[in-house]
Amino acid sequence: MSSDAHAAEAHGASVGTNITVWIGLVAITGLEVFLAYKELQPSVMLSILVVLSLVKAAMIMSYFMHLKYEKFSLVLWLVPAMIFCICMMFIFFFPEAFRLLQMRPH
Amino acid sequence: MGSKKLGMWLFIVSDTLTFSALLIVYSYSRLTNPDWPRPFPIYPAIAFSTTMTVVLLASSLTMVMAVMAAQRNDRKKTVMWMVATMIGGLLFTGLHLTEWMNMIFKEGFTITGNPEGTPLFGAVFFGITGLHMTHVMIGVIYLGIVAVGFGRGKFSAEDVEVNGLYWHFVDLVWMFVFPLIYLMSVKY
Repeated sequence: MSSDAHAAEAHGASVGTNITVWIGLVAITGLEVFLAYKELQPSVMLSILVVLSLVKAAMIMSYFMHLKYEKFSLVLWLVPAMIFCICMMFIFFFPEAFRLLQMRPH
Repeated sequence: MGSKKLGMWLFIVSDTLTFSALLIVYSYSRLTNPDWPRPFPIYPAIAFSTTMTVVLLASSLTMVMAVMAAQRNDRKKTVMWMVATMIGGLLFTGLHLTEWMNMIFKEGFTITGNPEGTPLFGAVFFGITGLHMTHVMIGVIYLGIVAVGFGRGKFSAEDVEVNGLYWHFVDLVWMFVFPLIYLMSVKY
C-alpha cells in the first residue's frame, strides 16, 4: 500500500479516548480482583468473570485494535465466523462435561 | 485495507480459536476433577498476577501511542513508544518467569504433578500460560524488528499498526487467562 493510501486510512480514537478506555480496563481488572477477594460461589464468580472478560475484549478490539473504525464488512467477515467456531466447541463441550460432572465422586 | 493487516486479522482469528480450545480443555478438565488445586492466595500470588496484568495493559497503551505516532510519521516518538512497549513485554515475561520459578522450585508444581491435587493442573496451567508467554516473547522480538525498520525508514506506518494488532491480541488473550486460571483458583 502506498503511503498516500495509508494516510487516507489513518484513523482511530483520540489519545483521550484511548486513555479513558485503558482506565476502564484497569478498573474492570480491579473489580475482578475485588470479586475474587469476596469469595463468591464458583458458578456466580465464573459467570461474572466471563461477562467482564468479554466486555474487556470488546473494548480492546473496538478501540485499541481499531475495529470500531474499520469498514463494517471486516467485522462481519471475522466476528460471526469466530463466534460460530467457538459455539461449535461448546456444543461438544457441554453434554460431555455435564455427563462426567454427574459421574465424578463427591 | 492492506493485505498485511488482513493477514494479521486472519492469524488473530485462528489464534483465538487455539486459545479458546485450550481454555475449553481447561474448563473440561477442571469440571471433571473434584481435586483441582486452588494454589493462588490473594497475597502474594493474586497481587503478583494483577501487577502482571496492569503491566501488560500499560504496554498496550504505549503501543497505541506508537501507532498514533507512526500515523503522524513521527519516527523518533514511534520508536520511543515501541521500546516502552518492549520494556512492558519484558517486564511481564520476567514477572511471569519469577512466578513460575516460585511455583516449580518452592511449591513443587511441575507439568506432571503437584502436592495439592490432580496432576492435570500442571499440564493445563503451564501449557496455557506458557503458550501465552511464548506469544509475548515473540511479540517483543517482532516489536524490535519493526522498531528498527521503521526508525530506518524501511517499514511503513501500516507495519507498525499490524504489529500493534498482534500486541493487543496478546493482551486480549491475557484478559481471559488471568480471570479463568488465576481468579477462579484463589486459595482462601
